Amino acid sequence: MKALLSGNEAIARGAYEAGVIFASAYPGTPSTEILEAIAHYDEIQAQWAPNEKVALETAAGASLAGGRALVAMKHVGLNVAADPLFSLVYMGCPGGLVIVSADDPGMHSSQNEQDNRWYARAAKLPMLEPSDSQEARIFTKLAFEISEKYNTPVLLRITTRIAHSSSVVTLEPRAEHPIPPYQKNSEHHVLLPVHARKIHPEIEARLQRLSRDAVMQKCTTILRGNSDVGIITAGVAFHYACEVFPEASFFKLGMTHPMPVDWLFEFALSVRNIFVIEELDPFLEEQIRALGIEVTGKDRFPVVGELNPDRVRQGLYGPETEKKEHSHEPVSDEIPPRPPVFCPGCPHAGMFWALKKLRFRVTGDIGCYTLGALPPLAAMDSCLNMGASIGMAEGMERVLKDSRHPVAAVIGDSTFIHSGITGLIDLVYNGSHAVVVILDNGTTAMTGHQPHPGTGRTLKGHSTHKLDIEQLCRALGVPHVEIVNPYHLDDVIQALKRAKSAGELSVIISRAPCILLEKRRLGAPLVIDMNLCKACNVCLQLGCPAIERVGQQYRIDPAFCVGCGLCARGCQLRAIVSSDDMMIMN
Amino acid sequence: MKLPSETTNVILCGVGGQGILLAGRILAVAALEAGLDVKKAEVHGMAQRGGSVITHVRFGERVFSPLIASHQAHFMLAFEPLEALRYLDFMSPDGTIFINQQKILPQPVRVGKMAYPTGIVSKCKKRVHRLIAINATHNAESIGDPRVANLIFLGMLSRFLGFPESIWQKAIQACIPSTKQEINIRAFQFGRDFLMRRLSIPEKEIRGTYIITS
Ligand SMILES: Cc1ncc(C[n+]2csc(CCOP(=O)(O)OP(=O)(O)O)c2C)c(N)n1
Repeated sequence: MKALLSGNEAIARGAYEAGVIFASAYPGTPSTEILEAIAHYDEIQAQWAPNEKVALETAAGASLAGGRALVAMKHVGLNVAADPLFSLVYMGCPGGLVIVSADDPGMHSSQNEQDNRWYARAAKLPMLEPSDSQEARIFTKLAFEISEKYNTPVLLRITTRIAHSSSVVTLEPRAEHPIPPYQKNSEHHVLLPVHARKIHPEIEARLQRLSRDAVMQKCTTILRGNSDVGIITAGVAFHYACEVFPEASFFKLGMTHPMPVDWLFEFALSVRNIFVIEELDPFLEEQIRALGIEVTGKDRFPVVGELNPDRVRQGLYGPETEKKEHSHEPVSDEIPPRPPVFCPGCPHAGMFWALKKLRFRVTGDIGCYTLGALPPLAAMDSCLNMGASIGMAEGMERVLKDSRHPVAAVIGDSTFIHSGITGLIDLVYNGSHAVVVILDNGTTAMTGHQPHPGTGRTLKGHSTHKLDIEQLCRALGVPHVEIVNPYHLDDVIQALKRAKSAGELSVIISRAPCILLEKRRLGAPLVIDMNLCKACNVCLQLGCPAIERVGQQYRIDPAFCVGCGLCARGCQLRAIVSSDDMMIMN
Repeated sequence: MKLPSETTNVILCGVGGQGILLAGRILAVAALEAGLDVKKAEVHGMAQRGGSVITHVRFGERVFSPLIASHQAHFMLAFEPLEALRYLDFMSPDGTIFINQQKILPQPVRVGKMAYPTGIVSKCKKRVHRLIAINATHNAESIGDPRVANLIFLGMLSRFLGFPESIWQKAIQACIPSTKQEINIRAFQFGRDFLMRRLSIPEKEIRGTYIITS
């Protein structure tokens, strides 16, 4: 049977067919849909973990017990899971274990453009890179075979254009994978120095063996064409190159660590000019050069940003080709950018408005609320990585010591649970006076509303214990904890003022459900009474996309307004009223 | 390697929340049902919070790249005028653009920092063979839900692709939950009949610019 699947759905399908029984992940674009798709299979215990490290650890346990397990994460998630990753390569995998790393060249939804192929080399584990959905399904199954044969976790590295591109996949039935009787093997599974020292040489040897394994045949594609031009490539770049230069000879790697070295030598001898076309870093190129093979690579194809057919064409033929063919006038106007914005009625917006008004320095974090860094709110000083806001607030406060500009950390609920809790313990322990604002919208909104431990629901939709963030903060020893309704701007401001002058660590939990989960309007649309409006621009500073300015006129678009009333509360002139009231007045 | 015969390239663009991902999916499933190789590329995440959104759909005998190269798109379904302009370089000179005339102001325009470009339709027209501009949002409202504008566009596009109508029915049924199918099928039919009804000439004879106000 054939189906149109995204790369993420195809990986889920591959896991199902491979007899996987356990899967875990923390959401992160572009990897999120892998677990969401796996959750539809009754045979697989699929669950969200609070973070990527825990996800990998649960999978390691499932594998130790002999079950096949899969974990998925975005590229930066592997940084969080790097500690178990490096040692798991020593411990090995009685049940196959596949780690999916979804990289984001072009940074469509990420804070950096790291190339996670280096992890395969650094941690010394095999890595497969599919180039479309069909390969994503097949390579997932292959990865489990390799994992068990070589007793190692396997990295399945994809990119946004694999994860979120759909193509045709043939479906096969599931093959159950019987779980062998459990065997305790402390020499391999308890990583004491005395044990690990014996394992390290095994790791080096197995990578050597693997580079000559017959499995290479299943994952390498060699196409004989023109002997002038040979293209060595992997992943989606293969398809761009096929599109642009179909006459070339191709060496497409499916396993990019370790590489099939003998075949690469053979290929190199059969063609005159070799191009290495790969996205991001010169990962293949440097290793191929180290073999003594001369190639053209990053001098012609960019390290920065994602590739596409145009960039590959320019690399192969030179930049001028494009321009001559299409010499029309460029679209002359400045095209206004369309950055993402807060949704109308987003409960996060008011908090940033209040923080700015009270002149806080704000260490931010990652989630929808990072939009608070953009104009007109522009109320965030930093955003580094998930959970960083809390530790950074403490560090900043220790150095600034400026009472006019108190320091606040702003962090979402999912992010707080992911990696903010240990930061908060640090602040309590070391006696920080910072303010920590937890934006509790009850969901992981940024990545598409996944439930988390504070939601009280699992990935499979079962109800479960609901983590109580307020109780947790108190239990950690935070002296001052309060909860505010973020739509009530006056309450928010009062709470921030209290926290500022408390002289001790404060946590403010700003609690209201994500507006996209509220399936109703919060009230009648608001209107601006132009008799009262003095064009002071304050309402526009709230960053609500329903409010617009045309010349000196301000207007609320009734099609967008959800009636949250935030702008009415922010307007000192009381010029913004509910359209219901307006009708009564008229 | 043998070069595949002509691939059809369609760009769908607009603003996050306009149903672009769904329209792209229906189109790709229809192509699959028609027995073709298909690839579709889109982006999730940050871009969906009211940002600019683009989906590439390609189908034919054999498709390699999921992304369309510059000047190779045969069709563009632009759900918002400014987004047509933004992605205009994808269009082939013999291509067709469908523009929804309903504007959605981007943040810099909303706050008065930048102007919304004027004359978008004529700028686009200079680059392509055929351009059809309608207010699909208004038409969708008259059908009963402004969100089905995406299906009106697919209905119009369907006239140029030559898949049998039954394939579209199947694709819509496969992609839309049963409770919402009726209105979406009506919107599709509306789009499919629209050009014939309003211009009373067969699609293949349509050349130039058509601005159809409802
Ligand atoms: C290590 C890591 N994992 C995952 C992500 C992807 N990601 C970005 S923000 C976010 C969660 C946002 O949820 P929350 O903190 O509740 O804020 P909301 O979007 O709901 O406002 C996730 C999972 C990431 N950037 N880094």
